[in-house]
Amino acid sequence: MCDLVLKLEHVTKKFGPFKAVNDLSITIPEKEMFGFLGANGAGKTTTFRMILGLLDSSAGRITWDDQPIDYSTSHLVGYLPEERGLYPKLKVRDQIVYLARLRGMQKTEALIELKSWLERFKILEYENKKVEELSKGNQQKIQFIAAVVHKPKLLILDEPFSGLDPINVEMLKEAVLTLKENGATIVFSSHRMEHVEEMCEHLCILHKGSPVVSGSLKEIKREFGKKNLVIHADFSLDSLKSFPGVVKSKVTMEGIHLQIEGEDVAGKILKEIVDKGFIRKFALEEPSLNDIFIEKVGNSYE
Amino acid sequence: MNSFWIILFHTYLNKLKTKSFLVTTLLTIVIVLAITNINNIIDLFDKNGGKERVIVIDQSGQLYEPYKQQVKSVNKEIQLTFFKGSEEQAETLVKKGEYAGVIQLSVNEQKLPEAIYKAKSIADSSLYTDLQTGLQQFKTTLAASQINLAPDQLQKLYAPASFKKIALEKNAKTEEELNQARGLVYVLLFVIYFAVIMYANMIAMEVATEKSSRVMEILISSVSPIKQMFAKIVGIGLLSLTQLAAFLLVGYYSFTRNMESIKEGFFGVYGFGGIPAGTIVYAVIFFILGYFLYATLAAFLGSLVSRIEDVQQMITPMTLLVVAGFMIAMFGLGKPDAPFITATSYIPFFTPMIMFLRVGMLTLPAWEAILGIIILVVTISILAIFGARVYRGGVLMYGKSNSYKDIKKALQLTKKE
Repeated sequence: MCDLVLKLEHVTKKFGPFKAVNDLSITIPEKEMFGFLGANGAGKTTTFRMILGLLDSSAGRITWDDQPIDYSTSHLVGYLPEERGLYPKLKVRDQIVYLARLRGMQKTEALIELKSWLERFKILEYENKKVEELSKGNQQKIQFIAAVVHKPKLLILDEPFSGLDPINVEMLKEAVLTLKENGATIVFSSHRMEHVEEMCEHLCILHKGSPVVSGSLKEIKREFGKKNLVIHADFSLDSLKSFPGVVKSKVTMEGIHLQIEGEDVAGKILKEIVDKGFIRKFALEEPSLNDIFIEKVGNSYE
Repeated sequence: MNSFWIILFHTYLNKLKTKSFLVTTLLTIVIVLAITNINNIIDLFDKNGGKERVIVIDQSGQLYEPYKQQVKSVNKEIQLTFFKGSEEQAETLVKKGEYAGVIQLSVNEQKLPEAIYKAKSIADSSLYTDLQTGLQQFKTTLAASQINLAPDQLQKLYAPASFKKIALEKNAKTEEELNQARGLVYVLLFVIYFAVIMYANMIAMEVATEKSSRVMEILISSVSPIKQMFAKIVGIGLLSLTQLAAFLLVGYYSFTRNMESIKEGFFGVYGFGGIPAGTIVYAVIFFILGYFLYATLAAFLGSLVSRIEDVQQMITPMTLLVVAGFMIAMFGLGKPDAPFITATSYIPFFTPMIMFLRVGMLTLPAWEAILGIIILVVTISILAIFGARVYRGGVLMYGKSNSYKDIKKALQLTKKE
């Protein structure tokens, strides 16, 4: 095991009678990217606030490197809150330097770091502007810089990519990946499945405070078992909807998308349709995180 | 550098640099200068060097000289001129503005003087009052001589009865000391009152601004709320001391320069001659404690609101407390030993002003003042512990409602259950 493991053990948070987080146990190894998925109000932000020590957990333990996270470790932790917030009247430079110094950084060091980040995001000209004069996307970049300027070992990003255009999302993603390569442990939440799927080795899907799925991405997909089958053909495939082993189906313009119980079902289907006419596409695909999410979270809705 | 100091100086320097702060400070300094130079300013506007010229018409020709003597004894600045022309001529001179007024002296049936005073307007009451007083005195002497009263007999009649006030208590303040103390306490009470309202407001605004701009969440993930709250309170406290120091320096400098002319005016009544050092020390102590008391209260009230617009509403009860304390203190200036004042001086929120009033005006045993200080320190500690908990929860709470129920909610947020 690595040194700097972030461990959540049976963490529960109650607000009065309401359970915001229920018996959550996760281990996040060092230099890993960990994704939190969940619908709105699933308990992601509450979990982050507990990790940061802003809220006390009602039960359970949160440790990092076997130590509780508190203000003595604040220089090692970076946080990008979901609700973006900076001093609107303060210049970017003063702002970042102030926040960096609160995280135990020296002023000169913070300035150098700030410059390199601004350059990276191509917004060097905003250094002496007030935050309220910047566009929302640029404000978000500044917010991101505020979270990472002191080179944290543990970085918590709450919905880092929301509200950004695709170019900026790519830019930010790249930055996050560089940080990870430099040895930071990164925990982030999103309701965009593709971001988590693309970037995280481990993830956890929260639903109404309870972890529905948790583990490594590959394992989750394997355990899920079900596969996606895409068939494009010139003849009607409607009969496949009721084929044994088919869980879900969706008719498209060119053919049909099926969710099947396992690989063997795909073989049987192929045998069934191979004589019926011309098949232009027959592809067996791994289930997407989206499918897993909808299945797991959707099920408990019912 | 410790994060406490970083926040402290950040708060201090940022507030110091704001335009509103600089403007308020400058304006107040101008007012201080104006008050301490009030005599010079009044003189500046007096064209005739303060002399008022009045025409006297006296048909008998015997009243002018003795009347002039009497008026001179009342006010040296009034210059009387004997006028030989007609009434109309005199009136035109007054209308032209060459003279302030015309007074027509005559003798009635009882051989006593009477007068008709004419001026452009009779708004300048100080002038005709002086003229009237002069005439009154003149009449008294005339009447006295009519009934054969010698001047020394007259003096006997009018001499005031001797009335000495002596306090029996040991170390009790003498009349003169009491007047001195009243002036000083009066001014210091004002300083405490305004400072507490102004700076407590500033703190509540500061906290609410940070919260509404949502920068708070980053701040509290970096630095503990308690540290933050106190760094802010001390930072603004430092700001208040800076501002007060500026006022005091300017005031003191200008005051000592104009010492001579001021002595006769308002300040003469409330002599500032020998300011007792003890009163100043107590003023500083109670000022600082009072500031901390209300600042802590303001900080945690500020942490409960989500929008800046709601700050005023939230701290209104606190402001009313300060106003109530001030009102009681004003009443107490005239009757500092009333039991009511004694009782309220032990109520924490009133202590800074009322205990200070008592210390300044009465001769209190040291333990009473110390007890007041202890009460304040204990209350501040309780408020700080309680406030820090509310603050911690409050800054994470965003909602529409902003009532005192939120205190309960905020406390619940910090609890484990």
